[in-house]
Amino acid sequence: MWRSRQGVLRSGIARVVTATVAATALTASLAACGGASGPTLTLYNAQHQDLAQAWIDGFAKETGIAVEVRRGGDFELANQILAEGDASPADVFITENSPALSLLSSEGVLAPLDQATLAQVPARFNSGAGDWVGIAARSTVVIYNPSLIAPDQLPKSIIELSGPQWKDRIGIASGGADFQAIASAVYTVNGDAVAEQWLTGLAQNAKVYQNNIAIMKAVNAGEVPAGVIYHYYWYKDRAESGQDSSNTELEYFDKKDAGAFVSVSGAGVLKSSQHAAEAQRFVAYMSGVAGQQILADTDALEYTVGDGVPQNPALRPFSELDPPDVDLNTLNGPKIISEMQRVGLL
Amino acid sequence: MTSTAPRPVATLRRPYPPVRLAAAVAVAALTLVPLGYVLIFVVAEGPSQAADLLLRPRVGELLRNTTALTVTGCLACAVLGTGAAWLVERTTLPGRRVWTALMAAPLAVPAFVNSYGWVSVTASVQGFGGAVLITTMSYYPLVYLPVAAVLRGMDPAFEDLSRALGNGPWRTFFRVVLPQLRPALLGGVLLVGLHLLAEYGALQALRFPTFTTAIFDLFESTFNGPASTMLSGVLVLGCLLLLVGELRLAGRARVARVGGGVARAAVPHRLGARTPLALLGMAALAVLALGVPLGSLGRWLVVGSSTEFPIGLLATTTATTIGLGVAGAAATCLLALPVAWLSIRHPGLVSRLLERSTYIAGSLPGIVVALALVTLSVGYLPTIYQTATLLVAAYVILFMPRAMVSLRAALAQVPPELDDSARALGARPAAVLWRVTLPLVARGLGAGAALVFLAVVTELTATLLLAPIGTATLATEFWSNSSSLAYGAAAPYALLMIIVSAPAAWLLTRQSRREVVA
Repeated sequence: MWRSRQGVLRSGIARVVTATVAATALTASLAACGGASGPTLTLYNAQHQDLAQAWIDGFAKETGIAVEVRRGGDFELANQILAEGDASPADVFITENSPALSLLSSEGVLAPLDQATLAQVPARFNSGAGDWVGIAARSTVVIYNPSLIAPDQLPKSIIELSGPQWKDRIGIASGGADFQAIASAVYTVNGDAVAEQWLTGLAQNAKVYQNNIAIMKAVNAGEVPAGVIYHYYWYKDRAESGQDSSNTELEYFDKKDAGAFVSVSGAGVLKSSQHAAEAQRFVAYMSGVAGQQILADTDALEYTVGDGVPQNPALRPFSELDPPDVDLNTLNGPKIISEMQRVGLL
Repeated sequence: MTSTAPRPVATLRRPYPPVRLAAAVAVAALTLVPLGYVLIFVVAEGPSQAADLLLRPRVGELLRNTTALTVTGCLACAVLGTGAAWLVERTTLPGRRVWTALMAAPLAVPAFVNSYGWVSVTASVQGFGGAVLITTMSYYPLVYLPVAAVLRGMDPAFEDLSRALGNGPWRTFFRVVLPQLRPALLGGVLLVGLHLLAEYGALQALRFPTFTTAIFDLFESTFNGPASTMLSGVLVLGCLLLLVGELRLAGRARVARVGGGVARAAVPHRLGARTPLALLGMAALAVLALGVPLGSLGRWLVVGSSTEFPIGLLATTTATTIGLGVAGAAATCLLALPVAWLSIRHPGLVSRLLERSTYIAGSLPGIVVALALVTLSVGYLPTIYQTATLLVAAYVILFMPRAMVSLRAALAQVPPELDDSARALGARPAAVLWRVTLPLVARGLGAGAALVFLAVVTELTATLLLAPIGTATLATEFWSNSSSLAYGAAAPYALLMIIVSAPAAWLLTRQSRREVVA
């Protein structure tokens, strides 16, 4: 009996070891392929993967340079880059919002971009230090459920959302980089005194959701009448099946209100990059005509920022948005985090 | 024979064997890396900063939420897991084979898929009630499986004796059955507690903030190492409470017996008129834990316009996931062995501390563990940074408790006298381990490996940060597509996660079934 048990065990262990070795070899070979000759760039991607992949494919077709991707959230990857320091394998970093790039810029880990690249995009979408460039833009909107709230009851300014009439009637995703960029815009546009009161009131009124998608689902399900999100989540859901947006509509603030804030996705090259020339070329591609045309043609449904490339026609014309003038480089400093901690949102 | 009397401790105070002690110390040191990372941050911040970050209303709210969820979730899993195991194993409940498979099956459904499924059905699951419901539905099998295994192997003679001495059925359960279940039950509850402390994906969708979700929020907000690692420090304290609590409750009862004897087949308790009620309860449990998430997944596949089946990508992603799962499971079980062995065979302060320390990282959020490994490997071992080796090390650290609990339960059932006899007959220590101990704990090893495999298949955060560049697993693809609102495209990955996990879950039910012949 001992012998047979042992035999069973031995063959069991042997099988596990064989399987492990085979699996590890497989993983390694999978990781190794994707190799054209010449340098392969490493992209740390916090943008939606479908859009990033469209850029990567277009870039490879044009230049023959392959790009490998590590994915994560804006600040997850920014944190990782800072933890890696000079040893970071990343050549290029692209984000959903500009604050994570501003952080890296202030920590001095981004390389200056070529002047020609910066010139492809209007200056208000770029880093003041010239070390990251805008590649896409998204507008703040109010999403609402018309069966719960009449359009004429909607706020004329985002500042109104701190009033008592909005108690438990507004959804926000205060844990995410998106909302924090919007809140920073309020501080910049309306000044500290107004903004502090606003944030205090909003913290009492708001139902906090984990992200924009959760807000959209909740408004669609009639769980909360309205919420603050970026425009493209709604458009993408409508393009997919409308299952989380069919009962909702969008309202834009316009009139240079802080709530009409347009947030910018950006791209930067790491100072520590071993392939600086190719990395600069990739960033130039994404912000240039070809890359912007890809953005307009795919169902990413974000606004183009490059000069002379029209937006995706499904979207409301960018020229009608009338966003406030906000210096992106001043957004989301430690101040906004400590303010959000003060009112208990973080 | 089996006895719940304390075993004389003095006879076990033998010196620690040096090689095995060294191995156990090395393993414990590996699992303590994230704790060291947290402590360095906390110390560097100093007491006044710590007070600023910790003594605020938000932290009070997080503490209340985390405590309430952990306590309620542990109790709910203990009651449901034990109740279901009792009904399946010891009563005349019809359809026993079906229930055995169904009760363990929720292990194959990742908690975050479960929660996505529920939220898309009803918004009322948000908040505390929903968080308890959904985490309980996902984690009660961690209690059910070990308890069912012990119930099946339990000699009915003890119960008969108790009944003959005039105790009623309930009194018999609490005074005779429950004490024998205690190590298995508490081990399961400890795992549930650790999972609840570290749970992120499932709670994210439920609008129920805990320390772990707040830590992720902080990492999403800015470069906020100090604030988030400070909150992790509080989680470590919560984990220590769980570990000490389990130790106090577990006691030192001996559950090993030399030779199983020939236990009479247990006569199942008659349910009689209560049969429909029991069936209804079991069916409700299966629908809540399996029906809702699987139903939602089916709807995604049908409704989503982005639904597609890119066969090549699905196949390579699945193969990578299985490879990582198998490597993670094998490495974790191998490394758990010296620590588990030492803690069972040489109980004492050192072995106990070593064993307990391996649980701590299991209560920390994946992102803290991953960033600790980023910092360590970039600084000291750059050659393994972002290789499969480092990723597997992260899995070992995160999921060591799953292997440890299974392995310890198995080792505790092996009488140490067998080791002694083998030694007396001239076998060397390594031969004793290989030829006597390992064959006897093979089942426990298998159960631990299956549990670790299930966890690796659904792991997201550490995989995103540490995997070799370009590596896609089922979990990362699901996350990537569902965060771009491509539910249809995400659904096949969720489905594959369940399909890949199913054999491991099935293996676990097989493991506990065979316990009968032990």
